[in-house]
Amino acid sequence: MPNPYTSSLNIKSGKVDLSHGGGGRAMAQLIDELFIKHFDNDLLRQRNDQALFTVPAGRLVISTDGHVISPLFFPGGDIGSLAVNGTVNDVSMSGAKPLYLAAGFILEEGLPLADLEKIVISMAATAKRAGTPIVTGDTKVVERGKGDGVFITTTGVGIVPEGVNISGNLAKPGCAILVSGSIGDHGVAIMASRENLQFQTTIVSDSAALNWLVADMVAAAPAEIYCLRDPTRGGLATALNELAQQSGVGMVIDETQIPIKSEVKAACEILGLDPLYVANEGKLVCICNAKAAECLLAVMRQHPLGKDAAIIGEVIADGHGFVQMTTAFGGRRIVDWPVGEQLPRIC
Amino acid sequence: MCLAVPAQIVAINPVTGMATASVGNVKVEVSLALVEDISIGDYVLVHVGYALHKIDEDEALKTLELFAEAGLTSQA
Amino acid sequence: MKYISEFRQQDLAQKLSNAIAQAVDPDRHYRLMEFCGGHTHAIFRYGVQDLMPDNVEFIHGPGCPVCVLPTGRIDNAIQLVERHDVILCTYADLMRVPASARNSLLKAKANGADIQMIYSTQGALKIARDNPDRQVVFFAIGFETTTPPTAVAIKQAQAEQLTNFLVFCNHVLTPAAMQAILDAPQPVAIDAFLGPSHVSTVIGSQPYEIFAERYTKPIVIAGFEPLDVMQSVLMLIRQLNEGRHEVENEYSRAVTRQGNLKAQALMQGVFELRPQFEWRGLGLIPNSALKLKASYADFDAEQRFDMPAIQAGDVKGCECPAILRGAKKPQDCKLLGTVCTPENPMGSCMVSSEGACAAYWSYGRLRALTQIAT
Repeated sequence: MPNPYTSSLNIKSGKVDLSHGGGGRAMAQLIDELFIKHFDNDLLRQRNDQALFTVPAGRLVISTDGHVISPLFFPGGDIGSLAVNGTVNDVSMSGAKPLYLAAGFILEEGLPLADLEKIVISMAATAKRAGTPIVTGDTKVVERGKGDGVFITTTGVGIVPEGVNISGNLAKPGCAILVSGSIGDHGVAIMASRENLQFQTTIVSDSAALNWLVADMVAAAPAEIYCLRDPTRGGLATALNELAQQSGVGMVIDETQIPIKSEVKAACEILGLDPLYVANEGKLVCICNAKAAECLLAVMRQHPLGKDAAIIGEVIADGHGFVQMTTAFGGRRIVDWPVGEQLPRIC
Repeated sequence: MCLAVPAQIVAINPVTGMATASVGNVKVEVSLALVEDISIGDYVLVHVGYALHKIDEDEALKTLELFAEAGLTSQA
Repeated sequence: MKYISEFRQQDLAQKLSNAIAQAVDPDRHYRLMEFCGGHTHAIFRYGVQDLMPDNVEFIHGPGCPVCVLPTGRIDNAIQLVERHDVILCTYADLMRVPASARNSLLKAKANGADIQMIYSTQGALKIARDNPDRQVVFFAIGFETTTPPTAVAIKQAQAEQLTNFLVFCNHVLTPAAMQAILDAPQPVAIDAFLGPSHVSTVIGSQPYEIFAERYTKPIVIAGFEPLDVMQSVLMLIRQLNEGRHEVENEYSRAVTRQGNLKAQALMQGVFELRPQFEWRGLGLIPNSALKLKASYADFDAEQRFDMPAIQAGDVKGCECPAILRGAKKPQDCKLLGTVCTPENPMGSCMVSSEGACAAYWSYGRLRALTQIAT
C-alpha cells in the first residue's frame, strides 16, 4: 500500500496537537505510525473499532483500570508498562489466564511525540512479555492544561481454568497469608523521583505482570488458593483490610516476617511513612489453605517475581474484622485502613 | 512531636552549606545552617531538611549499656 | 539503620519490661505524662503499653504541634490564600486539620486555592524564587525543633532580597505549655514527665530544671524510640520510688544541658515573644509563642496582610481540649469512632498520627477491646 500521508510523523520533535484526536488524517497517521506499528498484531491490523476473537469454553473475566501517574517515567518503569501490568494483574488475581488488552489514551495537547512513542514501545514490550496483545484502542486529545501528559485506561479479558475458584470473600479462619515479595518498592521509587522530596535511592518500581507467577501457583494448588489480591495503592495494609472485610474475618500478621528492603524502610523513616501503606505494582497477597502454604511458598520462590515470597500471618475469626500485627518490638497493634493519600510527615 | 532521623554525613558543599546525608543508603539533602564543626562520617539528627544536632556516639553506647544493665538487674 | 535499629530491639524490650515490673511499687499508681506526640506515637505503634505493668499509666500530653494549633489560625491561612491570592506553602501534616465550617487546607486546595506541600523551608524558598510575581507565604508551625529552620529561611530570604517570601508564624514554646499544665486551675494528676526529645536537642535540658524543682516533678528527657521510652519510664519510676525530683537525660546522644546554641541564637535574632497566644486545649498562655521581630516585618504575613484574629470554637462534644491537657483520654470522648474517625476528623487530635485520638484509634483500640472481652 502506498504511504497515504505526505510526510511521516515527526516523532523526534513533534508534539501532540488537537488534530491528533480530531478523527481526520492526522489521527489516522498517529494510529498507523505509532500504535499499530508498535502494538503490531493481526487483530489490530484489521483496523476495526473492535477486536473479534474466539474464546475457549469456560468462565471469562474482565477488568479495567485507569492509569495516571506523575512523573510519566520513573525508575523501573513508566506509565505504559504500568498500564499493561496493572490490568494484567487485576485479571490474574481471579486465577485467570489473561488473553487480550484494550487501551484508551487521553493525550494532552503538547505532549512530545517522542515521549508518547517511548510509552507505546514500553507498553508493547510489556504486553509481549505478559503474552497479552493490545488488540483494540482509542485516542482522544484534550487541551493543554486539561491532562497530565497522558492518561491510559486499559481493559483486559482472561479465562479462568476449570476448578479454580478465587475471590476476596473466601478467606476462612486458619488460612495462611502469603506475600510474593518485598513491599513498598513502587511507592518509594515514585516519591524519590518527585522533585519536591529531596532524597535519592537505588530502589526501582516493582511494576511487573504477575500472570505467569499466578499460573504456576494455580497449577500447583488449584483448589487451595482462596484469595489473590495485588496490593497497589494503599499498600499491603489496604489489601489485607479489604480481604478481611470482604470475607468477614480477622487477620494476624507478624511484622518480622514481612519482606521489606532496608532502603524502603529508611525512606519511610525519613518521610514518616509506614511501609505497610506504600504502593506496590508487582506483588500479590495470597490466602490459601494452611496445608498448602509451604508448597505454594516453594512454587512462588522458584519464580523470579516470587523469590522473596514469605508466609506473613494467618486468618482468624474476628467479628471486628481487624487486621492485627505482632510488632517486631513484641507488642501488638491494629493495622488499620489508611486515610487518604499517604503524605510525608514532619511531626 | 518532631520527626527527626539519624543520618550520616557523606558529602559537604562548603559553599552552599548543604550536605548529603545517608540513612540506610537513602541519600537526603541536608542544610548545615544550624550546626557547627560537622565532618564527613558524623551522624546528625535531621529534621525538615536541617541537621539539628550531632549524635554523640559515646553517649549512644552508654544508653545502650543502660538498657542491658536493666536486664541484668531484673534477671538477678 | 544506625541509631534506629539498636533502639528497637525486642530482647532488650523484654529485659526492660521485666526491670520495670520489678521496680514498681505494687501499691502505687504511676501517672506519667508523655509530653510529646512522638512518645505517644511510639507507645501505640510499638505496643509499649503491652510491656508495662498495669499500674503504670501514660497520660498523653500536648506536644503535637498540629494538635495545639487553634482552628482560627487555620481559618486565617485559608483566608489568606483565598482573599489575597497568595501561594501558601505548608508541611503536609496540616492538610487535613479541620478548620471552621468543615473546611480544611485539603478542601480549600480542591476549591482552587494555591496550596503547596513542602518538606523543608528550603522548598518554600524555591517556590518563592520560581514565582517572583506571586506572594509566597510559608505557614510556619511547630515547637522549638521546627523554629530554627524557619529562622534560617527568613535570614536567607533577606540576604537574597526575596521580597515575595513571607512567613505566617505560629511557632510555640514547650516550657510555657508545661508551665500551663502544672499551673492549671484544676491540675491533672501527673506524677512525672517524659520530657521532650527533639525540642530538647535545641533548647537543652536546662529549661525544665525549674519545673522539677518548683513543682517537685521528676522529668526524664526521653528519646522517641521505643526502648528510649521504656528506659525513661524506668528512670522516672526509680525517681518516684526514691522521692527524687530531678531532670535526668535519657536522650544524651542528642541532648545536652545547654542545647544547640547556634540554633538558639538564630531564633533569638529573628523572633521575639508574643505577649500571649492561644493553644487549643490550654487556652491563652502568656509568653508561649513567637512572632517576627520588627526588623523582619517585611517577611511577616501578619504585617503585610490584614489578618484579624478569628475566634473559632471546636465541634460540640469534641474532647480534644481536655485530652490535650491530659484531663481526658481518647476513649472518654463520645465522638470517637462514631462521628470522629481519621477519615472524617472532628478535632485535631484525630488528624496527626501523633495525635492521641488518631494513635489510639489506629493502633491502640485493640487493647481496649480485648480488655473488655476478658
